[in-house]
Amino acid sequence: MSTIEVNKITPVSGGTTIQVGESGDTITVPSGATITNSGTANNFTSYRPNAKPLIINGDMNVAQRDTSVTGITGDGYKLCDRWYEYLSSLGTYTFAQESQSIHNPAGGAGFRQAFRIDCTTADASPSASDEFWFGMKFEGQDLQLIKKGSSNAEKLTLAFWVKSNKTGTGQVNFRDTDNGRMCSGTYTISSADTWEHKIINIAADTSGAFTDDNAESLQIQWYLDSGSNYEGGAAPTAWETDVATDRNAAGTLNIGDNTANDWSITGVQLEIGEYTSSTLPPFQHESFADNLDRCHRYYISYGNVGTTQSGFPARAYSGSGLMWAVTLPKPLRASPTVTLTGTIRAFGSSNTHDSTSAFGVTSYANTNSTIVMLQSTGFSGLSNDRSYNVMAINDTFYTLNAEL
Amino acid sequence: MINITYAKYLINENNENCSVEITIDGITKGVPLDEANTDYQNILQWVADGNTIEEAD
Repeated sequence: MSTIEVNKITPVSGGTTIQVGESGDTITVPSGATITNSGTANNFTSYRPNAKPLIINGDMNVAQRDTSVTGITGDGYKLCDRWYEYLSSLGTYTFAQESQSIHNPAGGAGFRQAFRIDCTTADASPSASDEFWFGMKFEGQDLQLIKKGSSNAEKLTLAFWVKSNKTGTGQVNFRDTDNGRMCSGTYTISSADTWEHKIINIAADTSGAFTDDNAESLQIQWYLDSGSNYEGGAAPTAWETDVATDRNAAGTLNIGDNTANDWSITGVQLEIGEYTSSTLPPFQHESFADNLDRCHRYYISYGNVGTTQSGFPARAYSGSGLMWAVTLPKPLRASPTVTLTGTIRAFGSSNTHDSTSAFGVTSYANTNSTIVMLQSTGFSGLSNDRSYNVMAINDTFYTLNAEL
Repeated sequence: MINITYAKYLINENNENCSVEITIDGITKGVPLDEANTDYQNILQWVADGNTIEEAD
Protein backbone atom coordinates (compact mmCIF):
# COMPACT_ATOMS: atom_id res chain seq x y z
CA MET A 1 0.00 0.00 0.00
CA SER A 2 1.45 3.35 -1.01
CA THR A 3 1.20 6.35 1.30
CA ILE A 4 0.67 10.03 0.52
CA GLU A 5 1.85 12.42 3.24
CA VAL A 6 0.25 15.85 2.92
CA ASN A 7 -1.27 18.36 5.35
CA LYS A 8 -4.12 19.54 3.20
CA ILE A 9 -6.03 18.47 0.08
CA THR A 10 -7.81 21.25 -1.79
CA PRO A 11 -9.99 21.34 -4.92
CA VAL A 12 -8.41 22.23 -8.23
CA SER A 13 -8.39 25.91 -9.03
CA GLY A 14 -11.96 27.19 -9.36
CA GLY A 15 -13.49 24.08 -7.86
CA THR A 16 -15.24 23.59 -4.51
CA THR A 17 -15.59 19.82 -4.18
CA ILE A 18 -13.28 16.93 -3.61
CA GLN A 19 -14.21 13.36 -4.51
CA VAL A 20 -12.75 10.37 -2.68
CA GLY A 21 -12.99 7.06 -4.55
CA GLU A 22 -15.74 5.88 -6.88
CA SER A 23 -19.26 4.58 -6.40
CA GLY A 24 -19.07 1.15 -4.82
CA ASP A 25 -15.67 1.72 -3.27
CA THR A 26 -15.10 1.14 0.44
CA ILE A 27 -13.41 4.00 2.32
CA THR A 28 -11.90 2.66 5.54
CA VAL A 29 -11.07 4.67 8.64
CA PRO A 30 -8.73 2.54 10.77
CA SER A 31 -9.76 1.43 14.24
CA GLY A 32 -8.72 4.00 16.81
CA ALA A 33 -8.72 6.90 14.37
CA THR A 34 -10.88 9.97 15.13
CA ILE A 35 -12.79 12.13 12.68
CA THR A 36 -13.19 15.54 14.25
CA ASN A 37 -15.71 18.24 13.56
CA SER A 38 -14.14 21.71 13.70
CA GLY A 39 -17.25 22.69 15.64
CA THR A 40 -18.79 24.65 12.79
CA ALA A 41 -18.73 22.15 9.89
CA ASN A 42 -22.12 21.51 8.30
CA ASN A 43 -23.77 18.14 7.66
CA PHE A 44 -21.44 16.53 10.15
CA THR A 45 -23.69 14.37 12.26
CA SER A 46 -22.51 12.36 15.23
CA TYR A 47 -23.47 8.78 15.88
CA ARG A 48 -26.09 8.94 18.60
CA PRO A 49 -27.76 5.66 19.56
CA ASN A 50 -30.55 7.30 21.57
CA ALA A 51 -33.50 8.80 19.69
CA LYS A 52 -34.48 11.04 22.61
CA PRO A 53 -32.27 12.80 25.18
CA LEU A 54 -31.13 10.50 27.99
CA ILE A 55 -31.65 13.41 30.39
CA ILE A 56 -35.34 14.29 30.61
CA ASN A 57 -36.05 18.01 31.06
CA GLY A 58 -32.40 18.95 30.76
CA ASP A 59 -33.45 22.44 29.71
CA MET A 60 -35.50 22.90 32.93
CA ASN A 61 -38.55 24.01 30.97
CA VAL A 62 -41.10 21.77 32.72
CA ALA A 63 -41.98 22.51 36.37
CA GLN A 64 -45.32 20.89 37.21
CA ARG A 65 -44.82 21.07 40.99
CA ASP A 66 -43.86 24.70 41.36
CA THR A 67 -41.70 27.43 39.89
CA SER A 68 -40.41 28.76 43.21
CA VAL A 69 -40.17 27.01 46.59
CA THR A 70 -38.81 28.53 49.80
CA GLY A 71 -37.68 27.06 53.10
CA ILE A 72 -36.32 23.80 51.74
CA THR A 73 -34.52 21.75 54.39
CA GLY A 74 -35.12 18.18 53.19
CA ASP A 75 -34.81 15.96 50.19
CA GLY A 76 -37.21 15.34 47.32
CA TYR A 77 -38.48 16.51 43.96
CA LYS A 78 -39.33 20.15 44.59
CA LEU A 79 -39.19 22.16 41.39
CA CYS A 80 -38.35 21.28 37.78
CA ASP A 81 -39.59 17.83 36.77
CA ARG A 82 -37.24 14.85 37.15
CA TRP A 83 -34.66 16.88 39.09
CA TYR A 84 -34.08 15.63 42.63
CA GLU A 85 -32.14 17.07 45.50
CA TYR A 86 -30.81 15.31 48.57
CA LEU A 87 -30.45 17.60 51.56
CA SER A 88 -29.69 16.45 55.06
CA SER A 89 -29.33 19.07 57.80
CA LEU A 90 -27.17 21.40 55.76
CA GLY A 91 -28.87 24.78 55.63
CA THR A 92 -32.11 26.10 54.16
CA TYR A 93 -32.68 26.95 50.52
CA THR A 94 -34.96 28.57 47.97
CA PHE A 95 -35.31 26.85 44.61
CA ALA A 96 -36.53 28.78 41.58
CA GLN A 97 -37.04 28.18 37.90
CA GLU A 98 -35.14 31.24 36.71
CA SER A 99 -35.70 32.84 33.31
CA GLN A 100 -32.57 33.55 31.29
CA SER A 101 -32.02 36.45 28.95
CA ILE A 102 -31.38 35.54 25.35
CA HIS A 103 -28.32 37.75 25.72
CA ASN A 104 -26.55 35.73 28.42
CA PRO A 105 -24.45 32.69 27.44
CA ALA A 106 -26.92 30.03 28.58
CA GLY A 107 -29.96 31.86 27.22
CA GLY A 108 -28.11 32.54 24.01
CA ALA A 109 -27.42 28.82 23.68
CA GLY A 110 -31.18 28.21 23.70
CA PHE A 111 -31.72 27.60 27.41
CA ARG A 112 -34.22 30.19 28.62
CA GLN A 113 -34.90 28.47 31.97
CA ALA A 114 -32.50 27.36 34.68
CA PHE A 115 -32.74 25.62 38.06
CA ARG A 116 -31.48 28.09 40.65
CA ILE A 117 -30.58 27.25 44.25
CA ASP A 118 -30.17 30.03 46.80
CA CYS A 119 -28.92 29.49 50.36
CA THR A 120 -31.19 31.32 52.82
CA THR A 121 -29.92 29.87 56.11
CA ALA A 122 -26.26 28.94 56.17
CA ASP A 123 -24.50 26.05 57.85
CA ALA A 124 -20.80 26.73 57.59
CA SER A 125 -19.88 23.84 59.88
CA PRO A 126 -21.88 20.82 58.71
CA SER A 127 -21.92 17.69 60.84
CA ALA A 128 -20.03 14.70 59.48
CA SER A 129 -23.10 13.00 57.98
CA ASP A 130 -24.65 16.11 56.40
CA GLU A 131 -24.79 16.36 52.62
CA PHE A 132 -26.40 18.31 49.83
CA TRP A 133 -26.48 17.20 46.23
CA PHE A 134 -28.55 17.91 43.16
CA GLY A 135 -29.21 15.29 40.54
CA MET A 136 -31.25 12.84 38.53
CA LYS A 137 -32.18 9.18 38.91
CA PHE A 138 -32.59 6.78 35.97
CA GLU A 139 -34.50 3.57 35.33
CA GLY A 140 -32.25 0.62 34.52
CA GLN A 141 -34.26 -0.32 31.43
CA ASP A 142 -33.44 3.08 29.90
CA LEU A 143 -29.69 2.60 30.33
CA GLN A 144 -29.12 -0.72 28.56
CA LEU A 145 -27.62 1.06 25.55
CA ILE A 146 -24.62 1.91 27.77
CA LYS A 147 -23.88 -1.87 27.91
CA LYS A 148 -22.38 -1.40 31.36
CA GLY A 149 -20.96 -4.58 32.80
CA SER A 150 -19.86 -5.94 29.41
CA SER A 151 -16.70 -5.75 27.35
CA ASN A 152 -18.61 -3.39 25.03
CA ALA A 153 -19.40 -0.88 27.77
CA GLU A 154 -19.60 2.71 26.54
CA LYS A 155 -17.87 5.82 27.77
CA LEU A 156 -20.19 8.71 28.66
CA THR A 157 -20.04 12.48 28.35
CA LEU A 158 -21.99 14.84 30.58
CA ALA A 159 -22.33 18.48 29.54
CA PHE A 160 -24.10 21.35 31.29
CA TRP A 161 -24.22 25.09 31.86
CA VAL A 162 -23.49 26.22 35.42
CA LYS A 163 -23.27 29.52 37.29
CA SER A 164 -22.51 30.42 40.90
CA ASN A 165 -21.38 33.36 42.98
CA LYS A 166 -18.58 31.07 44.15
CA THR A 167 -15.59 29.98 42.15
CA GLY A 168 -13.99 26.62 42.76
CA THR A 169 -14.32 22.94 41.97
CA GLY A 170 -17.52 20.93 41.85
CA GLN A 171 -17.66 17.13 41.85
CA VAL A 172 -20.18 15.12 39.82
CA ASN A 173 -20.72 11.44 40.61
CA PHE A 174 -22.22 8.66 38.53
CA ARG A 175 -23.46 6.17 41.13
CA ASP A 176 -24.56 2.72 40.00
CA THR A 177 -27.13 1.89 42.67
CA ASP A 178 -27.61 -1.67 41.39
CA ASN A 179 -24.03 -2.68 42.03
CA GLY A 180 -22.73 -0.13 44.53
CA ARG A 181 -20.22 1.38 42.10
CA MET A 182 -19.21 4.93 41.35
CA CYS A 183 -17.21 7.07 38.92
CA SER A 184 -16.69 10.84 39.09
CA GLY A 185 -15.62 13.93 37.26
CA THR A 186 -14.97 17.50 38.29
CA TYR A 187 -15.63 20.93 36.86
CA THR A 188 -14.20 24.31 37.73
CA ILE A 189 -16.21 27.49 38.06
CA SER A 190 -13.66 30.04 36.94
CA SER A 191 -15.67 33.28 37.05
CA ALA A 192 -18.26 34.19 39.66
CA ASP A 193 -21.83 34.93 38.51
CA THR A 194 -21.03 33.91 34.95
CA TRP A 195 -22.58 31.08 32.93
CA GLU A 196 -19.94 28.56 31.93
CA HIS A 197 -20.31 25.41 29.82
CA LYS A 198 -18.75 22.29 31.35
CA ILE A 199 -18.00 18.85 29.97
CA ILE A 200 -17.20 15.78 32.03
CA ASN A 201 -16.07 12.45 30.59
CA ILE A 202 -16.97 9.25 32.40
CA ALA A 203 -15.06 6.02 31.84
CA ALA A 204 -16.67 2.82 30.57
CA ASP A 205 -17.38 0.17 33.19
CA THR A 206 -17.01 -3.48 32.25
CA SER A 207 -18.25 -4.57 35.69
CA GLY A 208 -21.77 -4.49 37.11
CA ALA A 209 -24.62 -4.52 34.60
CA PHE A 210 -27.64 -2.29 35.18
CA THR A 211 -30.75 -4.31 36.02
CA ASP A 212 -33.17 -4.24 33.11
CA ASP A 213 -36.29 -3.02 34.89
CA ASN A 214 -38.22 0.09 35.95
CA ALA A 215 -36.32 0.57 39.22
CA GLU A 216 -33.50 3.00 39.89
CA SER A 217 -30.09 1.97 38.55
CA LEU A 218 -28.12 5.19 38.25
CA GLN A 219 -27.85 8.54 39.99
CA ILE A 220 -25.99 11.55 38.65
CA GLN A 221 -25.07 13.76 41.57
CA TRP A 222 -23.74 17.31 41.55
CA TYR A 223 -22.37 17.63 45.09
CA LEU A 224 -22.92 21.12 46.48
CA ASP A 225 -21.76 20.68 50.07
CA SER A 226 -21.10 17.95 52.62
CA GLY A 227 -19.70 16.96 56.00
CA SER A 228 -16.54 15.00 56.56
CA ASN A 229 -18.15 11.59 55.92
CA TYR A 230 -18.15 12.47 52.21
CA GLU A 231 -14.75 14.10 51.99
CA GLY A 232 -11.14 13.13 52.48
CA GLY A 233 -10.83 10.50 49.75
CA ALA A 234 -10.26 11.07 46.05
CA ALA A 235 -12.74 11.63 43.22
CA PRO A 236 -12.48 8.39 41.20
CA THR A 237 -12.03 8.85 37.45
CA ALA A 238 -12.34 5.07 36.97
CA TRP A 239 -15.29 3.04 38.23
CA GLU A 240 -14.78 1.71 41.74
CA THR A 241 -16.74 0.25 44.61
CA ASP A 242 -18.70 3.16 46.10
CA VAL A 243 -16.69 4.86 48.83
CA ALA A 244 -18.47 7.53 50.89
CA THR A 245 -15.36 9.64 51.47
CA ASP A 246 -14.82 9.90 47.71
CA ARG A 247 -18.23 11.40 46.92
CA ASN A 248 -17.27 15.03 47.52
CA ALA A 249 -13.53 14.64 47.88
CA ALA A 250 -12.74 17.22 45.22
CA GLY A 251 -15.60 19.64 45.87
CA THR A 252 -14.78 23.09 47.19
CA LEU A 253 -17.98 25.00 46.41
CA ASN A 254 -19.62 24.62 49.87
CA ILE A 255 -22.84 26.29 48.74
CA GLY A 256 -24.30 26.02 52.26
CA ASP A 257 -21.66 28.08 54.00
CA ASN A 258 -23.12 31.54 53.37
CA THR A 259 -26.51 33.06 52.61
CA ALA A 260 -24.91 34.98 49.75
CA ASN A 261 -24.41 31.70 47.88
CA ASP A 262 -26.29 30.52 44.83
CA TRP A 263 -25.81 27.81 42.20
CA SER A 264 -27.67 27.45 38.91
CA ILE A 265 -27.70 24.82 36.20
CA THR A 266 -29.35 24.22 32.82
CA GLY A 267 -28.73 22.65 29.42
CA VAL A 268 -27.81 19.26 30.86
CA GLN A 269 -27.08 16.56 28.30
CA LEU A 270 -25.73 13.04 28.63
CA GLU A 271 -24.16 11.46 25.58
CA ILE A 272 -22.99 7.96 24.78
CA GLY A 273 -19.30 8.21 23.87
CA GLU A 274 -16.39 10.47 24.69
CA TYR A 275 -16.58 14.06 23.47
CA THR A 276 -14.74 17.31 23.93
CA SER A 277 -16.01 20.88 23.75
CA SER A 278 -15.29 20.88 20.01
CA THR A 279 -16.86 17.49 19.22
CA LEU A 280 -19.87 17.49 21.54
CA PRO A 281 -23.10 16.85 19.60
CA PRO A 282 -25.70 19.60 19.87
CA PHE A 283 -28.26 19.50 22.69
CA GLN A 284 -31.41 17.65 21.60
CA HIS A 285 -34.01 20.37 22.10
CA GLU A 286 -37.57 19.07 22.43
CA SER A 287 -40.84 20.95 22.21
CA PHE A 288 -42.40 21.82 25.56
CA ALA A 289 -45.19 19.32 24.84
CA ASP A 290 -42.78 16.48 24.12
CA ASN A 291 -40.76 17.33 27.21
CA LEU A 292 -43.88 17.41 29.41
CA ASP A 293 -45.07 14.14 27.89
CA ARG A 294 -41.91 12.36 29.02
CA CYS A 295 -42.16 13.90 32.50
CA HIS A 296 -45.70 12.50 32.84
CA ARG A 297 -44.29 9.00 33.19
CA TYR A 298 -43.13 10.09 36.66
CA TYR A 299 -45.49 12.83 37.85
CA ILE A 300 -48.92 14.18 36.94
CA SER A 301 -50.83 17.03 38.58
CA TYR A 302 -54.61 17.26 38.36
CA GLY A 303 -56.81 19.91 39.81
CA ASN A 304 -58.60 23.14 39.84
CA VAL A 305 -56.90 26.08 38.19
CA GLY A 306 -58.93 29.23 38.73
CA THR A 307 -62.55 28.28 38.09
CA THR A 308 -61.87 25.19 36.00
CA GLN A 309 -62.76 21.91 37.66
CA SER A 310 -61.61 18.48 36.62
CA GLY A 311 -64.38 15.94 37.08
CA PHE A 312 -64.51 12.16 36.99
CA PRO A 313 -67.48 9.78 37.29
CA ALA A 314 -67.35 7.85 40.57
CA ARG A 315 -69.17 5.08 42.43
CA ALA A 316 -69.89 4.94 46.15
CA TYR A 317 -69.09 1.60 47.76
CA SER A 318 -70.05 2.63 51.29
CA GLY A 319 -71.31 5.66 53.17
CA SER A 320 -67.80 7.11 53.21
CA GLY A 321 -65.99 5.43 50.34
CA LEU A 322 -65.93 6.55 46.74
CA MET A 323 -63.82 5.18 43.88
CA TRP A 324 -63.19 6.51 40.42
CA ALA A 325 -60.99 5.90 37.41
CA VAL A 326 -58.56 8.52 36.19
CA THR A 327 -57.30 8.35 32.64
CA LEU A 328 -53.57 9.01 32.47
CA PRO A 329 -51.88 10.87 29.62
CA LYS A 330 -49.41 7.99 29.51
CA PRO A 331 -48.51 4.92 31.60
CA LEU A 332 -46.74 5.67 34.86
CA ARG A 333 -43.44 4.10 35.87
CA ALA A 334 -45.10 2.43 38.87
CA SER A 335 -48.26 2.59 40.92
CA PRO A 336 -48.36 6.20 42.09
CA THR A 337 -48.43 7.92 45.45
CA VAL A 338 -51.47 10.22 45.60
CA THR A 339 -51.27 13.57 47.37
CA LEU A 340 -54.30 15.78 47.91
CA THR A 341 -54.06 19.48 48.62
CA GLY A 342 -57.51 20.90 49.39
CA THR A 343 -60.91 19.29 49.04
CA ILE A 344 -62.39 16.71 46.71
CA ARG A 345 -66.14 17.24 46.29
CA ALA A 346 -68.56 14.52 45.20
CA PHE A 347 -71.60 15.91 43.41
CA GLY A 348 -74.72 13.75 43.70
CA SER A 349 -78.11 14.31 42.16
CA SER A 350 -79.18 16.79 44.83
CA ASN A 351 -76.36 17.13 47.33
CA THR A 352 -72.59 17.34 47.71
CA HIS A 353 -70.08 15.54 49.91
CA ASP A 354 -66.53 16.65 50.67
CA SER A 355 -63.37 14.73 51.49
CA THR A 356 -60.00 16.03 52.53
CA SER A 357 -58.39 12.79 53.67
CA ALA A 358 -58.02 9.02 53.30
CA PHE A 359 -57.05 9.35 49.69
CA GLY A 360 -55.33 6.49 47.93
CA VAL A 361 -54.84 4.14 45.01
CA THR A 362 -57.24 1.23 44.73
CA SER A 363 -55.41 -0.39 41.88
CA TYR A 364 -53.03 0.25 39.04
CA ALA A 365 -53.29 -2.88 36.93
CA ASN A 366 -49.86 -2.81 35.36
CA THR A 367 -47.25 -0.36 34.24
CA ASN A 368 -48.51 -0.35 30.65
CA SER A 369 -51.95 0.85 31.73
CA THR A 370 -53.34 4.34 31.24
CA ILE A 371 -56.07 3.88 33.86
CA VAL A 372 -55.54 4.23 37.60
CA MET A 373 -58.30 3.65 40.16
CA LEU A 374 -58.37 6.17 43.00
CA GLN A 375 -60.50 6.19 46.14
CA SER A 376 -61.22 8.13 49.27
CA THR A 377 -62.92 6.94 52.44
CA GLY A 378 -63.01 10.47 53.81
CA PHE A 379 -66.56 11.28 52.66
CA SER A 380 -69.76 10.92 54.69
CA GLY A 381 -73.42 10.44 53.84
CA LEU A 382 -72.85 8.71 50.52
CA SER A 383 -75.46 6.26 49.19
CA ASN A 384 -73.97 2.88 48.43
CA ASP A 385 -73.71 1.98 44.73
CA ARG A 386 -74.84 5.44 43.64
CA SER A 387 -72.91 7.37 41.00
CA TYR A 388 -71.32 10.73 41.73
CA ASN A 389 -69.13 13.20 39.91
CA VAL A 390 -65.91 13.99 41.79
CA MET A 391 -64.17 17.30 41.29
CA ALA A 392 -61.26 19.18 42.75
CA ILE A 393 -62.69 22.45 44.06
CA ASN A 394 -61.42 25.85 45.11
CA ASP A 395 -57.79 25.57 44.02
CA THR A 396 -57.57 21.96 45.12
CA PHE A 397 -55.15 19.78 43.26
CA TYR A 398 -54.01 16.25 43.56
CA THR A 399 -50.92 14.65 42.22
CA LEU A 400 -49.83 11.21 41.09
CA ASN A 401 -46.17 10.62 41.84
CA ALA A 402 -44.25 7.65 40.42
CA GLU A 403 -40.78 9.15 40.67
CA LEU A 404 -37.68 7.10 41.36
CA MET B 1 -33.96 9.88 55.61
CA ILE B 2 -37.46 8.75 56.64
CA ASN B 3 -39.66 11.11 58.63
CA ILE B 4 -43.02 9.30 58.72
CA THR B 5 -45.19 10.44 61.63
CA TYR B 6 -48.43 8.60 60.77
CA ALA B 7 -49.29 5.50 58.77
CA LYS B 8 -52.64 3.76 58.43
CA TYR B 9 -54.01 1.24 55.94
CA LEU B 10 -56.85 2.17 53.61
CA ILE B 11 -59.21 -0.56 52.45
CA ASN B 12 -61.01 -1.02 49.17
CA GLU B 13 -64.59 -2.04 48.49
CA ASN B 14 -63.69 -5.67 49.31
CA ASN B 15 -62.30 -4.65 52.70
CA GLU B 16 -58.78 -5.46 51.56
CA ASN B 17 -55.81 -3.24 52.30
CA CYS B 18 -55.01 -1.32 49.12
CA SER B 19 -53.00 1.75 50.21
CA VAL B 20 -51.30 3.28 53.20
CA GLU B 21 -52.16 6.80 54.24
CA ILE B 22 -49.01 8.39 55.62
CA THR B 23 -47.87 11.74 56.85
CA ILE B 24 -44.27 12.36 55.89
CA ASP B 25 -42.50 15.68 56.39
CA GLY B 26 -45.92 17.13 57.26
CA ILE B 27 -47.60 16.08 54.01
CA THR B 28 -50.35 13.42 53.85
CA LYS B 29 -50.08 10.94 51.00
CA GLY B 30 -51.85 7.80 49.80
CA VAL B 31 -49.22 5.19 49.02
CA PRO B 32 -50.01 2.02 47.04
CA LEU B 33 -48.81 -1.38 48.20
CA ASP B 34 -46.33 -1.56 45.33
CA GLU B 35 -42.67 -2.27 46.04
CA ALA B 36 -41.70 -0.29 42.93
CA ASN B 37 -43.15 2.82 44.58
CA THR B 38 -40.36 4.67 46.41
CA ASP B 39 -42.68 5.92 49.17
CA TYR B 40 -43.76 2.32 49.84
CA GLN B 41 -40.09 1.33 49.93
CA ASN B 42 -39.64 3.98 52.64
CA ILE B 43 -42.67 2.63 54.55
CA LEU B 44 -41.23 -0.89 54.46
CA GLN B 45 -37.95 0.47 55.81
CA TRP B 46 -39.87 2.40 58.47
CA VAL B 47 -41.64 -0.81 59.51
CA ALA B 48 -38.32 -2.68 59.50
CA ASP B 49 -37.06 -0.03 61.90
CA GLY B 50 -39.71 -1.16 64.39
CA ASN B 51 -42.73 0.98 63.53
CA THR B 52 -46.26 -0.27 62.87
CA ILE B 53 -48.91 0.66 60.29
CA GLU B 54 -52.34 1.14 61.92
CA GLU B 55 -55.15 -1.05 60.69
CA ALA B 56 -57.94 0.61 58.69
CA ASP B 57 -61.11 1.79 60.42
